[in-house]
Amino acid sequence: MIGFVLFFAWLGFGGDYVWALQGHHPFPWVGIVLTAVAIFTTWHTYKTGPEKVLWATGAQELIDPQTDAERQVVNVVEEMAIAAGVPRPRIWIVPDDDPNAFATGHDPLDSHIAVTRGLLKICNRDELQAVIGHELGHVKNLDVRLMTTLAALVGAVLLVRDGMGRMMVGRGGRLGRDSGRRARDAGPLVAILLALWVISWIIAPLVTQLLAFAVSRRREYLADDMSAQFTRNPLALASALEKIESAAAPTASIKRGAAHLCIADPLGRRLTNHEGWLADTFATHPPMGMRISRLKGMGYAQLKKEGGSSTSFAPA
Amino acid sequence: MWVLLILIVVVGLWVVSAYNGLISLKNQTVNAFKQIDVQLKRRHDLIPNLVNAVKGAMDFERSTLEAVIQARNQAVKVNASGPEGIKQISQAENTLSGALSRLLVTVERYPDLKATGNIGQLQEELTSTENRIAFARQLYNDTATQYNTKQQQFPTTLVAGLAHAERTDLWEIEDQTERAVPQVDLSRR
Repeated sequence: MIGFVLFFAWLGFGGDYVWALQGHHPFPWVGIVLTAVAIFTTWHTYKTGPEKVLWATGAQELIDPQTDAERQVVNVVEEMAIAAGVPRPRIWIVPDDDPNAFATGHDPLDSHIAVTRGLLKICNRDELQAVIGHELGHVKNLDVRLMTTLAALVGAVLLVRDGMGRMMVGRGGRLGRDSGRRARDAGPLVAILLALWVISWIIAPLVTQLLAFAVSRRREYLADDMSAQFTRNPLALASALEKIESAAAPTASIKRGAAHLCIADPLGRRLTNHEGWLADTFATHPPMGMRISRLKGMGYAQLKKEGGSSTSFAPA
Repeated sequence: MWVLLILIVVVGLWVVSAYNGLISLKNQTVNAFKQIDVQLKRRHDLIPNLVNAVKGAMDFERSTLEAVIQARNQAVKVNASGPEGIKQISQAENTLSGALSRLLVTVERYPDLKATGNIGQLQEELTSTENRIAFARQLYNDTATQYNTKQQQFPTTLVAGLAHAERTDLWEIEDQTERAVPQVDLSRR
């Protein structure tokens, strides 16, 4: 987050420098405004991020469970909260037929877990438990704070970049010529700084997005492990992931910005299925096949240790 | 001279952090144990309601229901008699767990009983209750194991006495009948 504010300050004060080179504004208002905007958005997204994410997906809070399925979700979430040793998060239902789930919030004391109707439909009790365990893993690791803030910041960067971009294009021609000449006058260091500044403007959204991706992928494996630790049943998560993947229609109600919060990539991008450098850089989630085979490995190791008999006590 | 001073400061800092780590684990263990208590209390409060809800529909399985109620009352009594020790409480609770799982198995045997909404709900509540207790114990055992390991490992074991750290018991299954996998006969009825 501090990096984000500094990045904006750099963008802003750099902009002032370019204008100063043209001899327009001696007062660095762009820098001050942008830094203020950055500080404000960071604070604001930190405060309202979870509500925004939930609102964007059209989720409804589950306060008074009516149907059997709803009662089961509430029970399962409470069980997993006990296993994780955290207070029970608030539960939300997303009216979408595609199976998916995500967690958001600031810390274990103030967290939210949302599941889609589709997930409730296709998962049995054990699988639901495993998925909720995965989400609570995110909550316990404080991933939710990081990821929710990232989700909101990616949106903010895009917004500011687009606005500034339009302003620049308006003055584009003259600005390029003037500042170029003045920069040459001022020496090579300034020219390099100027080039760096322009490049950062171009890649700003990309950088924030890549940051979100990298954080997200590493955390997914960790949350899978936490789920296995809570339920002692990694095979249930494996089979839940298989079910979610085979139903891989894009989750329409979950927008791009919140993709890295979900248990499975809601956009149904093919990238998630590939391995290698490109997928490593641009995918929000590790390859599904890899996650499933890791969990199965855990499950079989466990079965072997118990002498080949599974003694799970949970009629579906 | 300086080397000695730095060494003392480093060792001092380590002692403080190791001590604090042990204390924090100790309190987590105590808290995890209280969580089991909370869940057991919840189960004790729930059982009379559940039994009342199915009493009419399950008149023919009176003995199973009575076993549940008896085990429940015994568990409440042991719990109320104070912290006699984890062993006694866990024994009473395990008997109750056994009675409840027999009730669940019994319900499984009557498909038409399952079809009525009440029983499905009862089953979900029972499963959830048992799961909650199991997960609370799991959390306690995990935390206690972490605590035990930490205080026995070198070099933390050097400050274990300072922090009054003592080995805590894990929650174990005492009852041999419970350890066995429940036999479900699906051929009848």
